[in-house]
Amino acid sequence: MNILICVSHVPDTTTKVRFTGTKLTTENIQWIINPWDELTLTRAIELKEAGAPIDQIMVATVGDQSVEPTLRKALAIGADKAFRVDFTPEDAGSTALQLQEVAKKAQADLVFTGFESADYNGGLVGAFLAESLGRSFFSSVNFLDIKEGAFILNREMNGMTEVIKSKNPMVVSVQKGIAINPRIPAMRGIMMARTKPLEVIAPTEMNSKVKVIAIALPAGKAKVKLFVPEQVNELIDALHSEAKVL
Amino acid sequence: MNFQFTEEQEMIRQAARDYAQRELIKDVLERDEKAIFPTHHVKALGELGFLGMMTSSKYGGSGMDSISYVLAIEEISKVDASVAVIMSVNNSLINYGLEHYANEIQKQKYLRPLADGTSIGAFLLSEPEAGSDATHQHTTAEDKGDYYLLNGTKNWITNASSASTYIVIAQTHPELKHRGINAFIVESKSPGITLGPHENKMGMRSSDTHSVMFNDVKVPKENRIGEDGFGFKFAMKVLSGGRIGIASQALGIAAGALELALKYSQERKAFGTEIFNHQSVAFKLSDMAVKVENARNLCLKAAWLKDNHQPLDIASAMAKQYAADIAMEVTTEAVQIHGGYGYVKEYHVERLMREAKLTQIYEGTSEVQKIIISRGLIK
Repeated sequence: MNILICVSHVPDTTTKVRFTGTKLTTENIQWIINPWDELTLTRAIELKEAGAPIDQIMVATVGDQSVEPTLRKALAIGADKAFRVDFTPEDAGSTALQLQEVAKKAQADLVFTGFESADYNGGLVGAFLAESLGRSFFSSVNFLDIKEGAFILNREMNGMTEVIKSKNPMVVSVQKGIAINPRIPAMRGIMMARTKPLEVIAPTEMNSKVKVIAIALPAGKAKVKLFVPEQVNELIDALHSEAKVL
Repeated sequence: MNFQFTEEQEMIRQAARDYAQRELIKDVLERDEKAIFPTHHVKALGELGFLGMMTSSKYGGSGMDSISYVLAIEEISKVDASVAVIMSVNNSLINYGLEHYANEIQKQKYLRPLADGTSIGAFLLSEPEAGSDATHQHTTAEDKGDYYLLNGTKNWITNASSASTYIVIAQTHPELKHRGINAFIVESKSPGITLGPHENKMGMRSSDTHSVMFNDVKVPKENRIGEDGFGFKFAMKVLSGGRIGIASQALGIAAGALELALKYSQERKAFGTEIFNHQSVAFKLSDMAVKVENARNLCLKAAWLKDNHQPLDIASAMAKQYAADIAMEVTTEAVQIHGGYGYVKEYHVERLMREAKLTQIYEGTSEVQKIIISRGLIK
């Protein structure tokens, strides 16, 4: 059984986001593995170490050479092989299309994406990828096990848990909870990452169907106006004339 | 000249940072308060490879360079200097000493478990009356033919109760003075070894420090490191590189205090604005940042010299003295920026200030470093 985890190369979640036109300003950004993807990788390694019948754990991303540190970190954590599609992704559709070829090439039974990526938070790549591969898709999975050759997935729903058991190849988007903490790479892993394969794949020809017109940052927080308990009338006036909610 | 870290060095720094900020932070206050040894952290860091970072993979180590080591110790020390000193002793005194000066049989037997993180070591040099003045060893190692008989007391021994392997410095030929000193590998459970009580320290309270008494302890002849009389030279060689570990620890304490003070100054308001916007605070932070950056550069320079097999006595002494002294200054200012909150334990900076003080004292006081540096100036 082969597992492919699609990893996103995203800005650290504490980054101060700035844009130049519609492009993210990448100066002074520390890049990390998308947290959901790192947790999935951790869980896959845990299962393999516990003796689950996993042949290879592979990771893939779409991007130029600057994303390779993220792939090498995944190799250091414990992935066996990495793929990079040499293409700068523009939207979820183009990313999914580029990953489709990798999924086929890797002969992956299970393909994972994060529930979303910590940069644009679209949450679409998994679904697009499942559709283009003609596979079932399960979103927001927060538990994974492999028993008797079948995958067991849990989805937390409002007040209940849906349990899925299947032997069919599928695409799964992962929610937090699949592993408690991401695994920290050991020195041995960091050394071994040097010798593990990182295959660069030429992109599939395509035209993006999405055009970003504008990006706007959220408006800053408005000033808080404080009233003491005796100022009930002033508060009502302000709610009426300033906030215009009464 | 290249100020860019490699991808691997950056990955090691991040791994150390992740472990410190995620795991060490959880119980660092409790371990400090109750002086609890970080057993589970030592085990986890051993599994990650941090206890034998620079030892060759041939002996179970990780085979990383000294630059990576500086980065790792800095990140660990930002949160927990006690764990950093355990790492530093094991890496730069014990493993380095064994890898470079022990024979092949000794390495296979003792270095391997120390480098792969399954056990830790302790370095026994200081005595009640021989700290900075290491030539006057009162502990004796009498040559009895096929074994040595050790008698005496060692003081301030880091890892004393948790180490499985000791490296002990003792006098065999008093008439030869420091040329009569030997270094021995001694199993800590050997008959005749007893520990003094746990030292109730001001800082670094989570590392276990004891005195160690030797009463007719038999040490096999094959456990002597190097030729007869090599012990003093061995100790000086090892300590010279070891200073990089403690210098990086001091750097980490200072850098940790700076990070906390910088964060606090942007949250805490006084006179209607975040205190960072008051120049008196901003300039303090600016001074602290310059000192931390200088200390970091000195540590990395010493590490670079070590990695390139160049003389490093002066550089490592400069790094140790400067980093330790600024750690004291920077942590004191970090407490000041925190005001009253800085004086209570939950804000961490008072602990960093207590920890900083020890870096000016152990593995060569700041004054001893100045002796080394000044003598180097006229060489």
